[in-house]
Amino acid sequence: MPMTVHVDIVSAERAIHSGLATMVFAPGEMGELGIAPRHTALITRLRPGEVRVQKMDGETEHFFVSGGMLEVQPHVVTVLADTAIRARDLDEAAAAEAKRRAEDALAGKAAEFQYAKAQAELAEAVAQLRAIERLRKTKVS
Amino acid sequence: MAGAKEIRTKIASIKSTQKITKAMQMVAGAKMRKAQERMTASRPYALKMLQVIAHLSHASPEYRHSYMAANREHKRVGYIVISSDRGLCGGLNTNLFRKLALEIRDQRKAGVETSFAVIGSKALAFFRRFGGKVMAQVTHIGDKPHVEDLIGAVRVLLDAYEAGEIDAIYVAYNEFVNTMTQKPMIGQLVPIHAEKIEKIPTHWDYIYEPEPKVVLDALLTRYIESLVYQAVVENGACEQSARMVAMRAASENAGSLISELQLVYNKARQAAITQEISEIVGGAAAV
Repeated sequence: MPMTVHVDIVSAERAIHSGLATMVFAPGEMGELGIAPRHTALITRLRPGEVRVQKMDGETEHFFVSGGMLEVQPHVVTVLADTAIRARDLDEAAAAEAKRRAEDALAGKAAEFQYAKAQAELAEAVAQLRAIERLRKTKVS
Repeated sequence: MAGAKEIRTKIASIKSTQKITKAMQMVAGAKMRKAQERMTASRPYALKMLQVIAHLSHASPEYRHSYMAANREHKRVGYIVISSDRGLCGGLNTNLFRKLALEIRDQRKAGVETSFAVIGSKALAFFRRFGGKVMAQVTHIGDKPHVEDLIGAVRVLLDAYEAGEIDAIYVAYNEFVNTMTQKPMIGQLVPIHAEKIEKIPTHWDYIYEPEPKVVLDALLTRYIESLVYQAVVENGACEQSARMVAMRAASENAGSLISELQLVYNKARQAAITQEISEIVGGAAAV
């Protein structure tokens, strides 16, 4: 029996995956990470991209994450996935938006187009496309 | 038989109302199950996150994040008020607002300033009437709320907290006890209660990428957001179950109203028939 590590992928909205794996790949902020069982304890932020989980039967499962955190302990790997692209300026934009809405609601105005939001959606779409493309390639080969 | 006809149309109208309330009850029941599933589905994330935070704060005790420091005096506090977007859910929102209004009064008496971030249009309507400093609002999040819908509103208060404009953040929402009971709750969000972060003896530390401070910042923000998300989801489950109960009561009331009216109608019809017969008999006797 090969050495395995337990992998949990959870987001704030639901548990996405849970099971044993022989190897996990994740897009860390400082570069792509490959995590084998008994990896030393590590915690890092994730970039938007795909997390690949190599299962015991040799199959690989792909998960798209829009960023988040990766926590590694020798026998447990946890991916705390974000449900949307996060960045400091984006969060600020969302905050400004919520503020503006509060002011508008009390004044009674309609919403308008948000540039930062559109940009973020584009970035997420591109990352998603890349993940899908890679998925297709692996399926064909 | 003029009275009888009136009663008949009244019964018909109540019947159609009953159909609507019955349908709403069924829809709310189905939605409630889904909302409850969402509630349980969101738990592992927050739990896992708390474990990591507990470990981190233990592993590097020299760095105390401002969200965890609890020594500030509460002079100005922020509330995140979560309500439903729609009505017809019994006293759900009203109960919460009543509790909140009492709390605000107490805070004012104690000389504490309050400001609010509002989630849900019912809460917004409340603050329009009640007055108060609304810093941010999110409405129409629907039956399937997403974390990213809430980020903005939470960020506004967190920014204010970090800037020292407010000293604590509370969240007001309905707690789901069971289908019949919902409890209005006001809980402290920031600073995070120390007892929540349990003490675990550790002999090892993580490798951090990048440094611990950045990681802890990101974790804490997400943790707080996930708590707010949980509150929103829980309030959603409350809304559906409250609506289900309210609609069931409405359907039952309509039913009893219909049977009462049916009785009156039958009496009126009987009286009309009796009168007709006596008229005929009287007429025959006269001939």
